[in-house]
Formats: sequence, structure tokens, C-alpha cells
Amino acid sequence: MSDLEQFKTEIRSWLEENCPPEMRKPVRGDEDMCWGGRNFEFQSEAQKLWLERCAAKGYTVPDWPKEYGGAGMSPAETKIFRREMAKLGCRSPLSSFGIWMLGPALLKFGTEEQKVHYLNQIARGEIRWCQGYSEPGSGSDLVSLQTFGEEVSDPVGGDHWVVNGQKVWTSYADKADWIFCLVRTDKEDKYRGISFLLFDMETPGVSTKPIKLISGSSPFCETFFDDVKVPKDQIVGELNRGWDVAKYLLGHEREMISGGGLGDGSPSLGAKMTGAIGLNGLGMLDDQILRSELAQFDVDALAFRAMAEKFMDEMKAGKSHPAQPNMMKYAGTELNKQRHELVMSAGGSDALEWESEASRGGKKPREWLRTKANSIEGGTSEIMLNVISKRILELPDG
Amino acid sequence: MPLFLDDDQSMLQDSAREFMKAEGSVSHFREFRDKNCKDGFSHGLWKQFAEMGFTGILVSEDDGGLGLGHVEAGVVLEQIGRNLTPSPFLTTAVAGVAALSHADAELKGQYLPGILSGDTVLGLAIDEKSKHRPDQIAMTAERSGNGFKLTGRKQFVIHGASADMLIVAARTSGSTGDADGLTLFAVPKDAANMDVNPVRLVDSAVAAHVKFDGVEVNADSVIGEVDQGGEVLGALLTAGRIGSASEMVGVGGGAMDITVDYLKERKQFGSPIGSFQALQHRAAHLYSEMEIAGAAVLKAGQLLDAGADNAALYVHVAKAKASKAANLAVREGVQMHGGVGMTDEYDIGLYMKRDRALSEFLGDANYHTNKVAELHGY
Ligand SMILES: Cc1cc2nc3c(=O)[nH]c(=O)nc-3n(C[C@H](O)[C@H](O)[C@H](O)COP(=O)(O)OP(=O)(O)OC[C@H]3O[C@@H](n4cnc5c(N)ncnc54)[C@H](O)[C@@H]3O)c2cc1C
Ligand SMILES: Cc1cc2nc3c(=O)[nH]c(=O)nc-3n(C[C@H](O)[C@H](O)[C@H](O)COP(=O)(O)OP(=O)(O)OC[C@H]3O[C@@H](n4cnc5c(N)ncnc54)[C@H](O)[C@@H]3O)c2cc1C
Repeated sequence: MSDLEQFKTEIRSWLEENCPPEMRKPVRGDEDMCWGGRNFEFQSEAQKLWLERCAAKGYTVPDWPKEYGGAGMSPAETKIFRREMAKLGCRSPLSSFGIWMLGPALLKFGTEEQKVHYLNQIARGEIRWCQGYSEPGSGSDLVSLQTFGEEVSDPVGGDHWVVNGQKVWTSYADKADWIFCLVRTDKEDKYRGISFLLFDMETPGVSTKPIKLISGSSPFCETFFDDVKVPKDQIVGELNRGWDVAKYLLGHEREMISGGGLGDGSPSLGAKMTGAIGLNGLGMLDDQILRSELAQFDVDALAFRAMAEKFMDEMKAGKSHPAQPNMMKYAGTELNKQRHELVMSAGGSDALEWESEASRGGKKPREWLRTKANSIEGGTSEIMLNVISKRILELPDG
Repeated sequence: MPLFLDDDQSMLQDSAREFMKAEGSVSHFREFRDKNCKDGFSHGLWKQFAEMGFTGILVSEDDGGLGLGHVEAGVVLEQIGRNLTPSPFLTTAVAGVAALSHADAELKGQYLPGILSGDTVLGLAIDEKSKHRPDQIAMTAERSGNGFKLTGRKQFVIHGASADMLIVAARTSGSTGDADGLTLFAVPKDAANMDVNPVRLVDSAVAAHVKFDGVEVNADSVIGEVDQGGEVLGALLTAGRIGSASEMVGVGGGAMDITVDYLKERKQFGSPIGSFQALQHRAAHLYSEMEIAGAAVLKAGQLLDAGADNAALYVHVAKAKASKAANLAVREGVQMHGGVGMTDEYDIGLYMKRDRALSEFLGDANYHTNKVAELHGY
């Protein structure tokens, strides 16, 4: 048996022994996910146990180094680990902006002290993070952001910044413990005048106000900073070079959002729709036009799945174009939106029910509406196309 | 196994890339087209393919080949696609060899050495109507003496008039639509009562309509087992489909690259047209589609070479997706070239024509998309 086969057997038996049966049922939505953090209420004992067991082995972040709370797995081992998880239907033990976004940025730009301190907490699910990038006047044109941090030297309390301004669309700001935040620290230089700061959402002067979405839920907020004191050691990367950190993090965010293109991992949307639509005498979906749309969708989705695998493999081997996450985000989010258009189409009037028990509280229409944000959040599709054309195709500026 | 080319495959890609650029470029294609060559390809180049080892990629080591897989064949085909290289590689060394790998030693001995040396060319006589419907084969092969007598018509037999042998799918028992009862035959070009009528296609390849009017073949010409041709035909179709999908990734990629270059060169309104966002977004969308198609094709190749269960599904996905993406590439390519895209002088139109022919080869995007639905039970 090769080392990798040995590894696979070990992982398999560990998962079989340690993943509680409740944690092997498909996730129904945000409410089933474990987000961790100071104020998180576990939905079940099984959810808590699963997080603790995984965290103890470094399995919440299998490919991070052991000293930062990971399991130190190689790319090949990580791929096997994720496949075995998927085969057994194990839920992800921890969903976290810390893992998907901040962690990779800290691994690249953080000081050793920051890595040891923050990454271990992230890996154990102790701090829940939110992202303070967008502002009312700075969405796609993020670099125009205005939230300002004034440097104050304070021999008694310690040197710090005083941050004033407003962020918007801050996902889960009302639930998060800490924020990673882009703050202007030099008004003269657009790109080299932004710093990447970390601070506690309980710091005096931070307040949040939820925004209600078309899907009915309020997962994000307006976030206000009124003379917020941020100690000097809570900067990631150099002063005024936060844009580099921000962009690097966006690459990981886009990669993460593109994962929506994979759906729930089932091989065929068309096959899932046979119940709702029914089959005709020839064993074909009883709606010829919808059948053909679903079949074309399945082709696109299976091809995208191959792309996602190729992208991950190439990235881990250092072979992928640095701007490739933009392509993945574009393709994955457009695909996911289309998936939910088809689900609504196949669902007919049942899929319109917003509150009934049969519709599980309007799961279909709410998900459908939520997916419309996929091609907006983390950089819109149009911005992704701009980046592909400039950085990959190297087309000239307008 | 990671989903990208390994070191050996990358080396093969480098040599195929250099070779096609030097020996089988678009100007080579134009030369053969313009002299109205009856074969539509150069026998000299076919010999060179053999010297490079390309023709032996799918031939097993026991039979004197390299014993490599569909990924490697695809690597060569992608370069063929990028350069529009005219050659019998796909029909002979890919689909033909896949069928012959099921043949007995005698039949292999008759044809494989010629393929390995670049002397032999094979044609595939599968389709009988204008659309690919391999489950509706009506041509018959009746027992006659020690052999069989073939009666029926075939069309879209690429290189049919230049081929030394045609691989012919015919029904030996049962009726049209049955899964069993098909048999594959190796029919030599000089067989009596066979009428081969070559026609030039839109992409300048030469295909034949072939009429079999009681063509007698002996029992030794059966590839595999009588009535069990379904498996051999399946191997041939799979190889030809994944192969043509790989070639289309090359055609689409080549069309995209020359278009992107053109966007950087051509100026209107005082700026390169590639600075206009209306074109940038379309080019970027095309890039995304081509990347995804390339991944699907590589995935299908790897699954096939590993003998995986879902390989068949992914071959359909690959052919459907590659057809769609390459088709988008050539359509956008011609449009973004403006008026010159309509001229014979510019290459982009040649890509459009090759794409059209390849998408039709062994099932178009609709055919394969429908199969994906069928395989998923809807
Ligand atoms: C569900 C959700 C969650 C979010 N979570 C967060 C979060 O946690 N933290 C955070 O900081 N932000 C978050 N965002 C904000 C998100 O990043 C922004 O909405 C996004 O960057 C777009 O900015 P905008 O909304 O201001 O749109 P605008 O920038 O005003 O864009 C409006 C339209 O114009 C187009 N457009 C703009 N510029 C160009 C151009 N140059 N070329 C072509 N088209 C252009 C856009 O593509 C879009 O279609 C979230 C958004 C959503 C929807
Ligand atoms: C079959 C045929 C017959 C013709 N007959 C005649 C005739 O009889 N008389 C005559 O005078 N002309 C004729 N023309 C020329 C025709 O009018 C031009 O080809 C056409 O105006 C486009 O110009 P172009 O070819 O220079 O393309 P370009 O202007 O170079 O355009 C190339 C590409 O860039 C795009 N593009 C250009 N500018 C922009 C922009 N600002 N924003 C976004 N995209 C842009 C175009 O849409 C096109 O896709 C003919 C052309 C053809 C193909």
C-alpha cells in the first residue's frame, strides 16, 4: 500500500469513528452551519463535539501548518481528506471567514506572533470574523474608500489609530467578534494609502445596523466607526500597504464564492427534478424544453466541476495564473444563479411559497434570491471580466 | 492524480507544439487546400507523425506502440486543432487504433505496422444519415460462404477515398435499434462492389459516401467477435469523441488567441479595439468557457485512462462542452475581426469551418447533451 493509500485508510476510519451521524446529514442552510465565535450557540451536542474533535486534530484547516492549528497536510493529502469527507457526507466542522479569507492573508503577510495568536484561534473556531471592505461610496471602486485612521502617539496607553467612517454590506457584522478592515491611513496616495487593520467589534465606538435583504433575512449590516481606538500591533502587513493584503485576500474570497458553482455536490440537477416534473412514457422529463435546459446545465455544471478540481490542483502546485480566481468566481456564480433559476422553474407554484411548512419556510425562493448576490459580493461579474481581460488576456486599458 | 499534465505529458506537449508549428501550420493547410489535393492531407507529413512517435501513442507496447493513453492522444490533437493541421491522425491513430485493439493478432499484424510507420490510413464508416445515430445502424452483413456480404450506405467517412482500410459497422443479426447483433469489419480499399465517392467538405477535408453493393469479406476481417461489435464500436466512438473534443479545444483556443492578438493590434476611434469594454467582456467570457472546456476534456481523458466508472459520462460532457466553447470562440472571433474576418486571407474563418466539421463528427453538442440526460435517468 502506498503512503497515500495508507493515509486514505486512516482518514476514512477516523471519520467513521468520529463524525457523529447527525453531522453526516446534508446542510439545509446557514442555520445548520457551525460558525464558531464567542457568542455562537451550537444547535446540537453533535455539532459541538464534531468541531472539538476536528479542531483537536487540526482538521478544521487540514492544510495549515501544525503550529498554527492545522494538520500540515500536503496538497495530495488535503484532496484525499476532502474527498473522504464528501464520500461519507460529513459536514464541514467549521464555516468561517477566518478560514476562507483572513487565514490565508495572515499566513502570507502576518508576523510570527500574529500567526500563532490569530490562526490558532481561527482554527479552533473561537473568533468569528467579519469583513470591512465596502463603503457606501466605494463598492466596485473599492480603492476609493474613505474610512480614515488617524495615527496617535500615546506614551501611556500605547500608540494607536483612531478610526472614523462607515462600512456597508458587512456580512454578519452583528454576530462577529472581530473585523478585518480596510482603513485609509494616507489621503495623498490612493493605492499606497490603505492599511489592513484587525480589531474587536466590542471596542467602544463600533456599532452595527442590520440591513434586510430581498430574501427576507438580514445577514449583513451597516457598520459605523466613531473614534475607534486600534492598537498599533493590530495591523497586517506594512503601513499603507494594506491594498496588497486586501487583494490577496480577495483572491481567496473569490475562490470560496466560486465554490457555489458546485452546488450540493449531486451529479445532476436534471435527475433531482424528476420528482417535481415527472417522466413521460419514454422516460424523459415531461417538459421537453426544461429537459433540454437542465441537460445543458448538467453539462456546464459537470464541466465546471472538472475546472474547479483543475484550478485547485494547479493552485496548490503553483501552476495557476494569479488572476484565475476571478475567472472561477465569474463562472461559478453565474452557474449557481442559473441553477436556482431552473430550480424555480421546475418548482412551479410550489416554489413560490414563502412561509408554508411544505416549503420549509420558503427555502427555494429564498435561496434563489440569495444567489443573486453571488455575482455581486466579493467583486461583481463585470469586475471579474474586467480583471480577466486586463490581467490574463492583457487587453489594453480604455 | 492531479488534474493537469504531468512532466512527461508536458514534454510531449512541447514537442507536439513545436512540430505542428513547424511542419503542420495553417500555411501548410492552405497549401494543400489550394492545390486541391485529392487526399486533403500530406502523406509526407503523416510519415513525419510516425517518426515523432505520435501514431503509436494508443498502440499497446506489445504491438510495438507506446502504450500511452487518451490524455496523450489529446495533447497531440490539441496542437493539431490549434494549427488546423490536416492529417488522418484522429481517424487512424486514435479511433481506428481503439477499434483495432480489439482485433485478433492477424488483423492487428495486417494494419498496425503500417500505422506505426505512417504508411497506412484508416477511414471510419459508421454514419448512414446526415446526423450521427450509431444506435440506428441499418447496414447489413449477411453470412456468405466463409465470410460476409455487406450491403448498405455510409457517409461522412473522412479520408474514405484515401484510406487503405475502412472500419465498417454493420448488423449481422437482430434489427435496427437492438444493442446486440452489430459487427465491425475491416474492409480493404480494393474490395469489389464498393463504390467510394469522395466529396470535399466546408473545412476542405475530403469525406466519402460509400455504397456497399454486396461487398464480400472473409471471416478474418471481423474486428472482435461477430454480433458483439457493440463493445468495439463503443471503444472506437469513445476514442474518436474524446479525441475530437481535444482537437476542438485546440481549434477554439487557437481562434481565441488570434482574436485576442487582433484586438490589441486593430485601432479604431484612435484606440486599440481591445480597449473597448464591450469587446473585453466578451473575450473574457470566452476565455472562461475555453478554460472550462479544456478542464472537462482533460478530466474525461484521465478518467478513461484510469478505467473509471464515470468516464463514459465525462466523455459526453467533454464533447458537448468543447463543441459549445469552440463554437463560441469562432463566432466571436469572426465578429471581432470585423470585415477582415470574412476574408479568406485571414485565418479566423478557417477555424470557423474546422470547428463546424469537428462538432458534427461522432455526435454534435445536442447529441451528447441528450446522452448526459439519459445517463442521469431523465
Ligand atoms: C450578500 C452580500 C454580502 C456582502 N458582504 C460583504 C462583506 O462582508 N464585506 C464587504 O466589505 N462587502 C460586502 N459586500 C459588498 C460587495 O462587495 C459589493 O456590493 C460589491 O463590491 C459591489 O459594490 P456596489 O454594491 O457598491 O455596486 P457598484 O460598484 O455600485 O456596482 C453597480 C453595478 O455597476 C457595475 N460596475 C461598477 N463598476 C464597473 C466597471 N468599472 N465596469 C463595468 N461595470 C461596472 C457593477 O458590476 C454592478 O453591476 C456584500 C455584498 C452582498 C450583496
Ligand atoms: C461582406 C461585406 C460587404 C461590405 N460591403 C461594403 C460596401 O459595399 N461599402 C463599404 O463602404 N463598406 C462595406 N463593407 C465594410 C463594412 O461596413 C465594415 O466592415 C464595417 O463597418 C466594420 O468595419 P471594420 O471591418 O473596419 O471593423 P472594425 O471597425 O475594425 O471592427 C472590428 C470589431 O471591433 C468592434 N468595434 C469597433 N469599434 C468599437 C467600439 N467603439 N465599441 C465596441 N466595439 C467596437 C466591431 O464591432 C468589430 O466587432 C462590407 C463588409 C463586408 C464584410
